[in-house]
Amino acid sequence: MDTRALTIGEIHEGLSAKKFSAVELASEALRFAETENPKTNALLRLAPERALAAAEQVDRKIAAGEPLGSLAGVPIAVKDVIVTKGLTTTCGSRLLETFVPPYDATAVERLEQAGALLIGKANCDEFAMGSSNENSAFGPVRNPHAPDRVPGGSSGGSAASVAQGTSVVALGSDTGGSVRQPASFCGVVGVTPTYGRVSRYGLVAFASSLDHIGTFGRTVKDAATLLKTIAGRDPADSTSAAAPVPDYPALLDGNIKGVRIGLPKEYFQDAVSETAGLVTKGVKVLEKLGATVKEVNLPTTEYAIACYYIICTAEASANLARYDGVRYTTRSPHSETLSDMYRNTRGEGFGAECKRRIMLGTYVLSAGYYDAYYLKAQKVRTLIAQDFADAFREVDAIVTPVSPFPAFKLGEKLDDPMQMYLSDIYTITCDLAGIPGMSVPCGKTAAGLPVGMQILTRHFDEAGMFRIADAFERAGGVD
Amino acid sequence: MRYVADLANLRLDGEEIVRMQKDLDEILTHIDKLNELDTSNVQPMAQVLYEQEEGATLRADIEQPPLANDIALANAPLAGSGCFKVPKVIER
Repeated sequence: MDTRALTIGEIHEGLSAKKFSAVELASEALRFAETENPKTNALLRLAPERALAAAEQVDRKIAAGEPLGSLAGVPIAVKDVIVTKGLTTTCGSRLLETFVPPYDATAVERLEQAGALLIGKANCDEFAMGSSNENSAFGPVRNPHAPDRVPGGSSGGSAASVAQGTSVVALGSDTGGSVRQPASFCGVVGVTPTYGRVSRYGLVAFASSLDHIGTFGRTVKDAATLLKTIAGRDPADSTSAAAPVPDYPALLDGNIKGVRIGLPKEYFQDAVSETAGLVTKGVKVLEKLGATVKEVNLPTTEYAIACYYIICTAEASANLARYDGVRYTTRSPHSETLSDMYRNTRGEGFGAECKRRIMLGTYVLSAGYYDAYYLKAQKVRTLIAQDFADAFREVDAIVTPVSPFPAFKLGEKLDDPMQMYLSDIYTITCDLAGIPGMSVPCGKTAAGLPVGMQILTRHFDEAGMFRIADAFERAGGVD
Repeated sequence: MRYVADLANLRLDGEEIVRMQKDLDEILTHIDKLNELDTSNVQPMAQVLYEQEEGATLRADIEQPPLANDIALANAPLAGSGCFKVPKVIER
């Protein structure tokens, strides 16, 4: 059995036809992960007992002739910022090296109820802050397509695991592009749903007005199936939306005739020509499939990075205040007073990027600066959301590159935070507006590095985005 | 830098302060770009908003058992007598 290329559909078929059992599949997936994972460091720890116990449950259901859940027997990796009961959850931070959560995130609960096999926890940038996965306290992740390059971030481990085949689908989180950018760098499908579509209960908070749980798969259908399973109102998260969740995979019919697609010129001017060239080629494929294409304007785009790095750091500085050495973090041992204990624990525990964001966020919220920075950024956020609302009056979807460039070399941008921040330019506007977005593989550069095409749609229209991506995938992409 | 680090309860060593100053300067210079935009008649956006039925964000008012004391304390670096323990706060 080759677990590397399996899809959810093939697993379902194989189990139903008794070609293999869920326990056989879980054992093979675990064996493969054990030998292959050291090549990328995508998974921080495997969960063999949990995966095998879930597989036994699936086999019992099959033997009893009971109906199977939508993810029955599907090996899944979960980003380590999403809590798992009894299974260490570090957030990629030294501070939480020994943290064992007392409960499961709602998304984890739902996917396990659907029969998924939680194979392991995926590496990520510390507290999901980063665009390269190099900010993990437990070592960087290597891109499965090019081991000297980054997998993207912050959900780099989730993307790399799906690309490498140590999981079939994965959960990540997206605050400024942390699902779509690594998906594009690793050549897999990555989905950021509408803000509020998936419960954030159990997603460790980074920037609460921007955080989403997102999904990864090797096919559009797999990523859509995972989203359908975890989406929907959750009483434990008051920001989760009550909007009905469509049966996404059932809506994928390959027909996008008459769909109106907008190309924002602001997203094509900076892209290194090879990336923009491939996405432009991708748009031609969509036209051939019957979509109409026109130019649209998103004029506030150039202010998005500045807006985002005020809002996300302000919220992060507040959210990260809880890591103080009292309730669940490791504690600095050499402190006489409580105040010293806080400072030392945080100073010794947080990595450089977290410290940078805590400092910037504290500064922009400090007395005398609030109006000039935070309030200003919130107003610019309104303009960015308005840009999209205006554009969506003329078109059904917006198509852009995911990143200005393909996967860069490990270490290349590590010492230049501003350069690292600028690499998020095409993904952060989606988070600021709260609309859904996804990355679908769109060919490779001459050097063999994957490129992603970003599709954005209106609030709660994930179905529209999946239909376009699926039609593109069926047509063979740009290859 | 030291004032902000103090507000954030963050111990930074001398080298970190120098580095931080340089990085934040660069980021804040970029952020100044926002002043090019006239936002005097724009409402701030604090949260993503969408049409939803009134009360849709409220859950049923049903008592739920809290985490048991020993479970809540299980991850604490130092606990005792059912409480989190910290270094002394008041000097005598």
